Amino acid sequence: MESMLTALGPRLEALLGDGRVITDPVRLRTYECDGLTTHRSTPGIVVLPDTAEQIAAIVRECAAAGVPYVARGSGTGLSGGALPRADGVLIVTSRMRRILEIDVPGQRAVVEPGVINLDVTRAVRPYGYYFAPDPSSQQICSVGGNVAENSGGAHCLKYGFTAHHVLACEVVTPDGELVELPADGPGYDLLGVFVGAEGTLGITTKITVRLTRVPQTVQTLLAAFDSIEAGGTAVSAIIGAGVVPAAIEMMDALAIEAAEAAVHCAYPPGAGSVLIVELDGPDAEVAAQFTEVERLCRDAGAFEIRIAADDAERALIWKGRKSAFAAVGRISPAYLVQDGVIPRTVLPDVLASIDALSAESGVRVANVFHAGDGNLHPLVLFDDAEPGAEERAEAVSGAILDLCIQHGGSITGEHGVGVDKSRYMPRMFTDTDLDTMQMVRCGFDPAGLCNPGKVFPTPRLCGEVPGKRKGPHPYEGKADIF
Amino acid sequence: MRPLDALAKVCADVRPGEPAEGVLGVEPALVAAPKNLAEAADVMRVAAEKGLAVVPRGAETRLDWGAPPERCDLLIDTHRLDRLVEHTAGDLVAKAEAGLPMERLGQRLAERGQRLALDVPLPGSTVGGTIATGAAGPLRTLYGTPRALVIGLTIVRADGQVARSGGKVVKNVAGYDLGRLFCGSYGTLGLIVEATFRLHPIPAASAYVTCAVRGPEDAHDAVQTVFHSPVAPSAVEYTSPGTVTVLLEGVPDGVSARAGQTAGLLDENAEITETAPEGWGRYPDGTTLIDISAPPPSLRALLTMLGPDIAATWSGSGHGHVGLPPEMAPDEVADLLGRLRGVLARHHGHAVVRYAPEEVRGVIDLWGPVPALTLMRRVKDQFDPGHRLSPGRFAGGI
Ligand SMILES: Cc1cc2nc3c(=O)[nH]c(=O)nc-3n(C[C@H](O)[C@H](O)[C@H](O)COP(=O)(O)OP(=O)(O)OC[C@H]3O[C@@H](n4cnc5c(N)ncnc54)[C@H](O)[C@@H]3O)c2cc1C
Repeated sequence: MESMLTALGPRLEALLGDGRVITDPVRLRTYECDGLTTHRSTPGIVVLPDTAEQIAAIVRECAAAGVPYVARGSGTGLSGGALPRADGVLIVTSRMRRILEIDVPGQRAVVEPGVINLDVTRAVRPYGYYFAPDPSSQQICSVGGNVAENSGGAHCLKYGFTAHHVLACEVVTPDGELVELPADGPGYDLLGVFVGAEGTLGITTKITVRLTRVPQTVQTLLAAFDSIEAGGTAVSAIIGAGVVPAAIEMMDALAIEAAEAAVHCAYPPGAGSVLIVELDGPDAEVAAQFTEVERLCRDAGAFEIRIAADDAERALIWKGRKSAFAAVGRISPAYLVQDGVIPRTVLPDVLASIDALSAESGVRVANVFHAGDGNLHPLVLFDDAEPGAEERAEAVSGAILDLCIQHGGSITGEHGVGVDKSRYMPRMFTDTDLDTMQMVRCGFDPAGLCNPGKVFPTPRLCGEVPGKRKGPHPYEGKADIF
Repeated sequence: MRPLDALAKVCADVRPGEPAEGVLGVEPALVAAPKNLAEAADVMRVAAEKGLAVVPRGAETRLDWGAPPERCDLLIDTHRLDRLVEHTAGDLVAKAEAGLPMERLGQRLAERGQRLALDVPLPGSTVGGTIATGAAGPLRTLYGTPRALVIGLTIVRADGQVARSGGKVVKNVAGYDLGRLFCGSYGTLGLIVEATFRLHPIPAASAYVTCAVRGPEDAHDAVQTVFHSPVAPSAVEYTSPGTVTVLLEGVPDGVSARAGQTAGLLDENAEITETAPEGWGRYPDGTTLIDISAPPPSLRALLTMLGPDIAATWSGSGHGHVGLPPEMAPDEVADLLGRLRGVLARHHGHAVVRYAPEEVRGVIDLWGPVPALTLMRRVKDQFDPGHRLSPGRFAGGI
């Protein structure tokens, strides 16, 4: 393998030219992990292509040599999806950042995969449009990464995920061919399965995104409650009333404490939970529903409600929520970010169980979540200087995922499976389910060279691939056993 | 053991097929109607053992879509699979079996103030058939097609194994989304048995603003004006020979204000109604139905090419239908289809013929150019290596 890779270096340099191929060990280290820093592996080679054709050529070289490859956008992924392979090539899209077309009458834009999420919105805002998926990382993450992870954001409650905002992808297949996958072309909806496949079915080199009209009005309120339960009741009441807010976010006391320490967001003191509810749309709709939301929050026991009078006040309300992950660093030397989903209706039960878990284990858990769609982001705190603390935190974090599964939820709502959660997949799906998903994988990538080792705990053998070398997988499996 | 006997051992309702049950003229040797997931799985397993070619059938509203199957040894009828398995209103989620008629599902959900935001262009059509054909109507402008609303799917594979993907929470990125892959797959990848949907509240009020447009230019302008306004429509529909209707949904005060605003933008003579105008969401009349993907900037060229006499509908999402009359000769249909594809190709659009009389089907390509066909074939080979599931029904002869 090593020698295949060594031989590949000069070939890739010949393809891409000066400065686009990194083999220097120190520079390679820059790419050893994504946003999930607990998994690291220095890539064998890093390439920085400028065009789709170059990516296709790189993939063909890898396929011919039987060398695995991984795509990487901005490396903000939180499940190790872009974790490189020491025996492989990391294909980084950071030089492919052109917005190729803005089609206002067609309400769409065409972008290269490395384009930063927020830059799409910036470019189309003057026309009254924006790109709806808004992960908290939107200032740095790439659209290619969004496609791979099917990313969402605080506003996906109303607007959906990346899958709902991608109209077509140009893709380099694991055969090294460039194909177009449209959302509604004749034949199978391959785009539908490509989005969210975490870069295991090919590399997208051009993305046609849907643009959404900027709403006429946005209204935001912050409601403070004595307890998590009261906040949860308000969420259920709002949804039950048939209101579809743009976002409903919730934080518990510990998360509020952290946010306060970090950014002085001055949320109401003594709150057991705060809720941020945002409504957007036409003036008249928002006005009517906002009054109702306010009333429902009071009925559920809100002891203070703040309404943002303008964008500055809105930003202030969001500041605490948006800083929450990083803020936890202020109250704990180290922490794990978990991402699980539960049906919204079981929120109180699950939060009570998380409390119990925390009390039993002595591990503190701060809760931040997209309450509207039941997407929990428990932050599990620990002191990395204390022996065994990380393991205990891991255990609690894992137990929270089990709670999600027991309640009919999911092990990930937006961060993806990557390398981090592949071991949990068998708890959520049967072997047959996983085998069936991997039939798609085998159709696209029979040699198993495209981002191998992600999503699925055990690769499915795809049968003989005529005229192709076998990927590293079967071989590696043996090495593990002996 | 004969296939009939083997099937009868696992499924209570198995019988020989009848000539009238032909799928586009291909008569099924056998018909089985499993009553639950376990029976469906057993039926598929026996079909695999006996090497039977299988075609699923819902309410037959779209059985004539696509190409005739190469063979049909066994028709799997889903009408006994008609339960609403679960409706958790607090989570805005429902799970239904494939044979449940869409309208019945709608009624059940409406009892609790909710809906599956998909139109039902063909009365009687089932959940499974709707997913298998990826069918949708005007609401797709805001809510999308089945692929945007299916959050979990249970299928039986060609080998009789039951597989699930997704789940019952809306936000979920664990594993590949096979739900989206199965939308529009015409029964060629597996038997859809259960689907879980994301629901929406039924809006408190709706208004339809309808106005006349004079020709392609006017239609284009009307659509663009509404798009670039803040009225936030749920649907924007063009219907030939010259009508644009905008659907607004929301709270009563909001809807009436927005309806007034929309009328102001379009035409002061626009009619505002609470109920849908005649023909809303129906496919255009004709014996040939063409499904088109036509992004908004193509509307002008599309309507110019079709002319005033051809029946057509078009949704703001950039999709539409063209209906051709029985008296149109096959070569005329072929010619029109060719020109239509030419116009749409310039806008990254497509035209797929859903159904057509046999003599028309003989002279046209139902699907047109299929991008990534090689990949599709390889995916098909994985799911159905024996090519027994609705063989030949789909794009590229899949
Ligand atoms: C502070 C912070 C907040 C976050 N908040 C959110 C949030 O609110 N919602 C959310 O959903 N996520 C969130 N994330 C996670 C992450 O930002 C998203 O998953 C994002 O979409 C990843 O984009 P990226 O460009 O960084 O991708 P990378 O991390 O580089 O890659 C992610 C995956 O995409 C694949 N990939 C990258 N480019 C391509 C391509 N061109 N073709 C095919 N595959 C490709 C990689 O192989 C990898 O599997 C957050 C992360 C951080 C650090």
